[in-house]
Amino acid sequence: MDKPVTPVAFSPEDLARRRRRSVVMAWCLVGMMVLFFVSTLVRLGASILDRSM
Amino acid sequence: MTSTLSDITTPLAPPLGGQGEVADYWALMKPKVMSLVVFSGVVGAVAAPGAIHPWVAFIITFCIAVAAGACGALNMAYDADIDAIMKRTSKRPVPRGALTKEEAYGFGGFLAVASVLVLGLFTNVVAAAFLAFTIFFYVVVYTMWLKRSTQQNIVIGGAAGAFPPAVAWAAATGGLDAGAVALFLIIFMWTPPHFWALALFREGDYGNAGVPMMPNVSGRSETKKQILIYNALLMPTVLLPLVTGIGGWVYGIGAVALTSKFLWHAIVLYRTTERSVEEDKASKKLFGVSIYWLFALLGLILIEQLFNLPVFPAWF
Repeated sequence: MDKPVTPVAFSPEDLARRRRRSVVMAWCLVGMMVLFFVSTLVRLGASILDRSM
Repeated sequence: MTSTLSDITTPLAPPLGGQGEVADYWALMKPKVMSLVVFSGVVGAVAAPGAIHPWVAFIITFCIAVAAGACGALNMAYDADIDAIMKRTSKRPVPRGALTKEEAYGFGGFLAVASVLVLGLFTNVVAAAFLAFTIFFYVVVYTMWLKRSTQQNIVIGGAAGAFPPAVAWAAATGGLDAGAVALFLIIFMWTPPHFWALALFREGDYGNAGVPMMPNVSGRSETKKQILIYNALLMPTVLLPLVTGIGGWVYGIGAVALTSKFLWHAIVLYRTTERSVEEDKASKKLFGVSIYWLFALLGLILIEQLFNLPVFPAWF
């Protein structure tokens, strides 16, 4: 049988590290968004204006 | 009393995870190795025939960089046990306890999948498949199989490090031809002297970790002989761009000069006495020269392409 898991509280240092990781992850997601957006524009080129309104 | 993650993480108990700094994840991607891989990828993309949109060139480079980072992370996850033994690698995030193996596997796996998908989405399927194969070759064939089983590990495994310019070439053109093969062969032939020079002055490290490298299996003299042979073979190999349409006079003269210098340092190392101070110095020197040699050689191709300098026509 598995041992009962002891509850673990995060120390202020743990929380600060987690926050720093989260901020970088958020920036990476923004970067990916820009990457996909610009790449789509580049691939479509002038055809981006060729659409039914 | 309530314990914290920091309290319960001791050298005896494996860390629970979630404690890594951003810098630890960065280190997991082996940024120094990544820079050389990225540079070779840029050269492959630029040297490929036909015009390429700068943004597409950026996407290709970005995906190769991320894939290289994935390889680094997966390698560090799998090799955590031997990394902990070797002085050179003991401070890496996993053996140091900053990240768990599971975190490294998760991070590396995500990067691997993301790099292949993005490359496939914005360039072509051939390049994406080639990139996926490169990651597989480095992680499974080299790291998991060859590295611990044969002294020829870095000779065969070196192919993984030589694939990136060919991947970039495939991404730019949709296929491969002689120019891509020439770039592959240059890096492939460069790998053994580069790593065996390192292994000579880190022989104890590899021996303690049980990693079969040329110096601790066949001896130092044999290693120096093999380094010299590969260096000599590099000379005709660096001439291949001249007959595959990606090299001109600037490259030709520069490549012969650089490779002569590289070969000279291999000869100096070959002539040193076993386990002497001179041998140690010469192996370190050769290792350093090998890094600059590859940067400079690929840089010559890049300069010719960027400045539209004339190149010799391809023979085939």
